[in-house]
Amino acid sequence: MPAVQETIDQVRSIDVDQYKYGFETEVEMEKAPKGLSEDVIRFISARKAEPEWMLQWRLDAYKRWLTMKEPTWARVSYDKIDYNDIYYYAAPKKNPAPKSLDEVDPEILKTYEKLGIPLREQEILAGVEPQSRVAVDAVFDSVSVATTFKEELKKAGVIFMPISEAIREYPDLVRQYLGSVVPVTDNFFATLNSAVFTDGSFVYVPPGVRCPMELSTYFRINEKNTGQFERTLIIADKGSYVSYLEGCTAPKRDENQLHAAVVELIALDDAEIKYSTVQNWYPGDAEGRGGIYNFVTKRGDCRGRNSVITWTQVETGSAITWKYPSCILRGDNSRGEFYSIAVSNGMQQVDSGTKMIHLGKNTTSRIISKGIAAGKSDNTYRGLVSAHRKATGARNFTNCDSLLIGNQCGAHTVPYIESKNASAVFEHEATTSKISEDQMFYCQQRGLSEEEATALIVNGFVKDVLQQLPMEFAVEAQKLISISLEGSVG
Amino acid sequence: MLEIKNLVVQIEDKRILNGLNLTVSKGEIAAIMGPNGSGKSTLSYVIAGKEDYEILDGEILLDGQNLLEMEPDQRAAAGVFLAFQYPLEIPGVGTMTFLKAALNAQRKARGDDELSTPDFIKQVNAAAAKLEMPKDMLKRALNVGFSGGEKKRMEILQMALLQPSFCILDETDSGLDIDALRIVSEGVNSLRSPDRSFLVITHYQRLLNHIVPDTVHVMHGGRIVRTGGKELALELEANGYADYREEEAA
Ligand SMILES: Nc1ncnc2c1ncn2[C@@H]1O[C@H](COP(=O)(O)OP(=O)(O)O)[C@@H](O)[C@H]1O
Ligand SMILES: [Mg+2]
Repeated sequence: MPAVQETIDQVRSIDVDQYKYGFETEVEMEKAPKGLSEDVIRFISARKAEPEWMLQWRLDAYKRWLTMKEPTWARVSYDKIDYNDIYYYAAPKKNPAPKSLDEVDPEILKTYEKLGIPLREQEILAGVEPQSRVAVDAVFDSVSVATTFKEELKKAGVIFMPISEAIREYPDLVRQYLGSVVPVTDNFFATLNSAVFTDGSFVYVPPGVRCPMELSTYFRINEKNTGQFERTLIIADKGSYVSYLEGCTAPKRDENQLHAAVVELIALDDAEIKYSTVQNWYPGDAEGRGGIYNFVTKRGDCRGRNSVITWTQVETGSAITWKYPSCILRGDNSRGEFYSIAVSNGMQQVDSGTKMIHLGKNTTSRIISKGIAAGKSDNTYRGLVSAHRKATGARNFTNCDSLLIGNQCGAHTVPYIESKNASAVFEHEATTSKISEDQMFYCQQRGLSEEEATALIVNGFVKDVLQQLPMEFAVEAQKLISISLEGSVG
Repeated sequence: MLEIKNLVVQIEDKRILNGLNLTVSKGEIAAIMGPNGSGKSTLSYVIAGKEDYEILDGEILLDGQNLLEMEPDQRAAAGVFLAFQYPLEIPGVGTMTFLKAALNAQRKARGDDELSTPDFIKQVNAAAAKLEMPKDMLKRALNVGFSGGEKKRMEILQMALLQPSFCILDETDSGLDIDALRIVSEGVNSLRSPDRSFLVITHYQRLLNHIVPDTVHVMHGGRIVRTGGKELALELEANGYADYREEEAA
């Protein structure tokens, strides 16, 4: 039957058709020698012209890392990673630290143009409402190549710059907060990151300031056999507000590439941070060849009273995702939120969720997770909600829904609940549903194509979470989800 | 006009349709009656294009177009509508959203413009009023938590909205009380037109008191074994299908 053939063709072409960002950029790169050693760490630190304390911090992390073991508890499987077969630093040879866009290699500028990421402020300004402007930090392999609207943000008192620059220019701020949410020794991948992190964004919003625009970082892995180890640190001082979005893509390659990032958020009294991710790393081909290993530690600390941290993630890419953006609800009355859409297709494996750790009084948290599994993929939600014995009045609401498309995929929900305070109220709801062939036929009988029917059902499924994203990105995310699921019904 | 010639269909090595022949002219209402398991639903699914079935022989032409070569959604756009015996629930998708998507998909396939939202809402409300459907049903996810009777009404509402040229009603009467049966039948009757044909599948005569057919076919063992006028339905009601079973045994 033609329908069946078409579906098979579509599934076969999974990596060719669907992943639109798989191209490579030809730029001459400078790399650290392959593998990991003290020398490589010194090399990275020297390239970034770091102060001595930073180098020591890295070396301590490295020593610690040598004694640690890779975690195996996640529901994912992959061949052993050879950590000495990776390049830990790769930067464009020509002018790795450009002062302005004119100094950036035109090939790199073209790359971001192709990806649809605006780096020229004038172009962004033309015909766009001021409130929908976005400041971008563009990270290419191991270095930040451009940051827009820096000056304008500075006028508002907001610091938005590559973390490598912040280490030199605001060492006290960085030193005070770096590693204060995700300790150097937190876990295998976080410790590795602490030793070798290359670039990422730094944000500081001073007391009482509402950041005048969306901030975003766009990560691009381009170089072969290179890991990306970015580090992001966001501090919202008392009574401030900031909304930040990260996006990411990588070329199609047969080998797997490692991405082990650490993101730390700190919200002081009455401050609010919204952190959104649209993760679209290369997922590998239909047979499971290639793709990014996305092993990421993201944690927010609601350090002050009445502070709020919201994580929103749309995860469609990567061969393997291992990621649990979490909130430590330390300040009394603080609130943590986690909204997630995780889509897996082909041979992708997702093990993702969150941790809500209630320490302060009357802290609240909310978890809405939507997992969509198609193809032969595996999609696990893993979440922890805990209440410390002092967390009187802690409340959590968790809703975890899974949608299965086809019958070769799997969805799993692994909730952990720990309460040491009798007054804590934790609610948990979970559902699993499946788009059946009969439902598909019913929709098609009414005139909808397979793709239209899938999109309609999936949109209905994810709409609660999409509403949490900044408007401009919600549309993009919706498109991304339907592209990721193309050819998944068969 | 729908023409089915020598249709032979099996599923999992089991023959269900055995050389079925059937013609339904434009504007005609044809009823198919037959005992449980005679293949009535299978016939409706095969016309609409459900996968699963293996077509071993025969053809189905709708106004000269070969339906067997078309996808289900293409058949829908060509005018085929099936009111399901068991309508499916579509969780998370609002009824209005679904109806609008379906209507516009069909319009697009035919090269027409999308319907504007106010026009669409007007049409849906008019159809819902005719079928005496409460408005809040339209605000819920499609068929989710609807009663059996509500689902059947929703099928007819979709039929009214999509204006198909060939309508199949698969046991639309089952699960309806007397009042609902009357309302649904009136809905169907108001769609009667010289350009629209109906294939009404039932095994009770009572529906045919409301929707009066031009022809009645008796289906048994995967083929049409007898064809007559509307009086044939009354005869079946009186005698049952026993005659046909004996015929087969002989
Ligand atoms: N998916 C299937 N697999 C196997 N047998 C089926 C399947 N669907 C229907 N049948 C069989 O085909 C025959 C006709 O079924 P159906 O078309 O539903 O009859 P009717 O609608 O006239 O009651 C029955 O014997 C039924 O058991
Ligand atoms: Mg039936």
